[in-house]
This record gives sequence, structure tokens and C-alpha cells, in this order.
Amino acid sequence: MANNTTHTIEYKTLVKILLILLFLTFITISVTSIHLGALTVTVALLIAGAKAYLVLSNFMHLKYESLLLRILVAMVFVLFALILVITFIDYAFR
Amino acid sequence: MSNTTEKIEYVSYLDHQGKYKGIMSWLMATDHKRIGLLYMYAIITFFFIGVLLGLMMKLELLAPGETIMTAKMYNSVFTLHGILMIFMVVIPGLSAVFGNFFLPILIGAKDVAFPKLNRFSWWIFIVGSIMAVLSQLLKDGPPDTGWTFYAPYSTTTNSNVIMATAAAFVLGFSSILTGLNFIVTIHQMRAPGMKFFHMPLFPWALYATAWIQLLATPVIGITLLMLIAERAFQIGFFDPALGGDPLLFQHLFWIYSHPAVYVMMLPAMGVITEIIPTFCQRQIYGYKAVAISSLAIAAVGFLVWGHHMYTSGMSDQARWFFSLLTFIVAVPSAIKVFNWITTMYKGSIDVQPPFLYALAFIFLFIIGGTTGLLLGSVATNVQVHDTAFVVAHFHYIIFGGMGFAFFAAIHYWFPKMYGRMYDIKLANISLVIKFIGFNLLYFPQFIIGVQGMPRRYFDYPEQFQPAQVISSVGGFILAFGLFLMVYNLVKAAKSGAVAPANPWKGSTLEWQIPSPPSLENFDEAPIIKVNPYDYK
Repeated sequence: MANNTTHTIEYKTLVKILLILLFLTFITISVTSIHLGALTVTVALLIAGAKAYLVLSNFMHLKYESLLLRILVAMVFVLFALILVITFIDYAFR
Repeated sequence: MSNTTEKIEYVSYLDHQGKYKGIMSWLMATDHKRIGLLYMYAIITFFFIGVLLGLMMKLELLAPGETIMTAKMYNSVFTLHGILMIFMVVIPGLSAVFGNFFLPILIGAKDVAFPKLNRFSWWIFIVGSIMAVLSQLLKDGPPDTGWTFYAPYSTTTNSNVIMATAAAFVLGFSSILTGLNFIVTIHQMRAPGMKFFHMPLFPWALYATAWIQLLATPVIGITLLMLIAERAFQIGFFDPALGGDPLLFQHLFWIYSHPAVYVMMLPAMGVITEIIPTFCQRQIYGYKAVAISSLAIAAVGFLVWGHHMYTSGMSDQARWFFSLLTFIVAVPSAIKVFNWITTMYKGSIDVQPPFLYALAFIFLFIIGGTTGLLLGSVATNVQVHDTAFVVAHFHYIIFGGMGFAFFAAIHYWFPKMYGRMYDIKLANISLVIKFIGFNLLYFPQFIIGVQGMPRRYFDYPEQFQPAQVISSVGGFILAFGLFLMVYNLVKAAKSGAVAPANPWKGSTLEWQIPSPPSLENFDEAPIIKVNPYDYK
């Protein structure tokens, strides 16, 4: 099983990912000064989604797990996205 | 482990002497079977308190005007009835009791993946339950919001809303941990050779349920925390006076609470799916369709919450979209019903109490399900929204469905759990009494609901009195049937005839081991069949 195997990620890689995460945080803050209207939440969630992907796949070693487990985690995010989209069907047309 | 081949002396889990003695051997138990029983005793206690509160409401509604309680007290009584029955009875219900007891056995495991976490879940459940009781007793008085805690009323009322919501928050943790435990158990603890599609269908239902518990429950946790923050710190999430949006509360509340209906119902469907093949001695019709329909109900059930909000001021686009999705969720439910009935076709039917309970479930669930479609359609929903029609529909699903499935489950697995058999005749009599009482109690509410009787009102015009009287009489008949059932089962647990290991000629793994099971369930490696319902 994948979870019985030890995987070591080099510090160099971890630092790179940390820097990317910090950069994405900087972007998240920066875009608040731009008036994107209805897209504000979409952009914020897309950036947050990218950050979550990096954390899950690298720091939490999801990329070494079985395909089934990766699909299950992906489905959770798809569900979360669907719930947000459906909620905004109400807010966008109210 | 299940692959141990040497013969071990049989000691039932009830007689097993561990590190602790007496009551501590139960409170400190990590055995999934004892934890299942702990949940059962707690849940049945809360259930009967809820029944008493329900009977108080029925007494109040015997005549128009104030009879035995004030309007304010009526509000508190239906709120406590709802909180008890929803958060402490039907949500944990089948999953925590029979899921804990039978999931590991059905998949050939000796326990759940995290036994200590399982014990911790029960402790949290008890802490949350005590908090719910305290919310009734503290000085600000019992909450009067209904179990739904709708904002902005819940953010402004002076009653004990914070304690009640904190109780629901804590109870939610128990649910999440149980869900997590079951998912890992099913993925990691299946007996060697048992693939997903070799599992019986009750574990499939529990698997779908566990995902809902894991993913939806945090939403209600956050929502209730937001409500507490608004009450305590005046942060404007929901109250328009503070810049909040009350519909946001409803969205968040129902994003959890509609899937929660499937936390109640999916294990119920799983139980019925176990019972029907056994008593028909016939393979379940459409095994894969039934298994996948559980997942489909869980998935689509996540997306239909808006049908609780058609009259709340939601956009038209959202209303028709939610209506469409609601009709879609009926499809996998119907697949299950058709497959149960088809399984009976040309079966060698043995009419025993669990099977009769399963039939009662199907009958009541069909009424509850089809009236649900009336509520799922926007056009009819707005006519009967917040009327007794909704109360009737809800109780046909939750009590007629989940409740009768719980009774079916306990009559089905009782010989395995206690190693004793109850009085079959008395079980059948109590079922008939409950069935008559149930329909007298709830069916008139469909009628007066359509005629305009609102839900949660303690007073009504005289035209509704005949139906209210029938309903109240039905409530007491139902309570008598419940009393008979409990008398029969308690008597059987103490002094019933010793039950054989497989009294119903079942084919799944729990019937291949002694009654009651030993501590680690399987003293010999279980033989895994590709088809768990092989009756040839």
C-alpha cells in the first residue's frame, strides 16, 4: 500500500513551494485593490484552490497516494465548488 | 486478525472480562459492539423523552385554544422535541448503533479502524446531549426557535440559543468522527479477498452516509459558530440590522441539514436491503444498482438544500434549479424501492417480524417520498409551505422510514446482539398497533395541512379539531405500541429463549458466527463470498 512507504521530499523543493505559496498570498492581497466586480470571489477562490492543491499534493504527500484516494479528495473539492456555484445562482439573480 | 486459523475458546463480548469491571467496562469499552449498545441505550432514552414531548403537544392540540400549556411553552416543547429527535436520535440512530455493531462484522473485521476514537465519539455524544439538556434548564429558559434556529430570530431571542447551538456543534463532532472511522474501516479493514463489490449493502449505505457526515457536518458547525458570534459579539452575518443576510443562514443551515436527512435515511435503506433478501431467501435484485444508488443519493442529496427555501425570497432561477435537482434525487431512491420489491418476486418469503417491519417501512416511505415530490415542486410547495402537510411528510420519512427501519433492524439483529429471541407474536402485535397509530397520527395532518393548518401553531380554528383529535388519539396508540415493543425486547434480553446463531437463515457474515459474537468477532478466518446474498 502507498501509505506503508516513506517518501522524502527535498528541502529545496519544499522551500520552492513555500515561496510559491507566499507569492500566491501576495497576489490574493494585491487583487483586492482591483475592482473585479462579480469575479472577485471567483479569483480569490481560484488562487486559494491552487494553494490548496500545492499543500495537499506536496506537504501532505497526496501525489504519492493511490489514484482512488486522489480521486476521492478531488471529488470533495468538486463538491465544494458545486455548492458554491449553486449558492451563487441565488445571489447572482436575486 | 480475521486470518487467524487456530481455534480460540468462545467467550461472548457480553461476558468478556477486560481491564475494567462493572459500569467502567462499558464506559471505557473500545469494542465496537459495546459502543453500539451504549449508543442504543442513550438514543432510546432520548427517543422516549422526545415521544413524551410529542404526546404533550398532541394533548395541547386536542382542542383549540390553550389547554395544558402556554404558547411560549409550546414553542419550547416543539423545539426540544426537534433537537432531541434530530440531533440525538435520528442522525446518530442507525449509523451509530447498528453501524458500529455490524459494520466490522459484515466486512470480516475484528473492530473499526480507530476503536479509541470510536469510544471518544460516544463520550462527545453524551457531552453534547448533556449540553442540550442544560439548555433547557439554565436561567434564560429553553430555546424557542425550533430545531432549525432560523436567523434573525435566533440572533435576537432571549432564550438559551447559545447553549443549544453549542450542543448541536458538539454533537456534530461525534458524527464527523464516526463518519471518518467508518470510511477508514471500509477502505482498510475489509477481510482479505473482499472487494468493494463483494461487500453487503448495509456497509455500502454506511459508506455513503459516512461521506455525508464527514463533509456536511462541518458546515453546520461553522454556521452555528457564526450564529453564536453574532449573538455574542454583534458580528453581522445574518441579521439585516447588522448588515447581514438571513438567507445566508438558511443556505448554510440546509447545506448541512438536507444531506443530514440522508444520514438518517441511507442506513435505513441499507437495513431494509439486508432484511429483504434474507426473508425471501433470494439474491438482492440489482446489487450494483442498489450499491451505487446509495452513493448517488449521497452525491445529489448535497445539492438540493434550496427546496427548503422556496418561499424565503430566493431568486427564481435558484428555485427552478433546486426543484430540478430535487426531482433527480428521487431517481436513486426509486431504484431502491423497485429493487426491494423485485427481490420479493418469486422469493421463498418467510413472514417474520423484521420482514413485516421492512414492508411497513416501504409502505410509509413511499407515502413520505411521493409527498416529498409535491414539496420539491415549487408550484405546490408554496401552497403548503410551513403547514401540517410538511410535518406529515417529514414524519412519514423520518419516523415511518428511519424509525420503522430502526425497529426492523433491532428485530432482525436482536438474536445476534443478545443471543436470545423475543416473543414473535407480541412483536407482530406491537407492529400492527404502531402501524395503525402512526397512520392515524400523521395522515390527518396531510389533509389539514392542505386546508391551511400551519405547523408549529398551538392554536387553530375549530374546523381542524376532528383531524387534530384523530391525530392525538393516533399518537397515544403509537406510544402504546412502542411500549409493547420495548417490553417485549427488554424481557427477551433478560430471559428470552436462547437464539441459534442463524435463526433467519441469513447469508451475510454476521450469521456465520456465534450469537452473541465473541470479542474479536471471528475466531476463524471468515469465508468471503463473491456474492454476499448467495442463497443457492
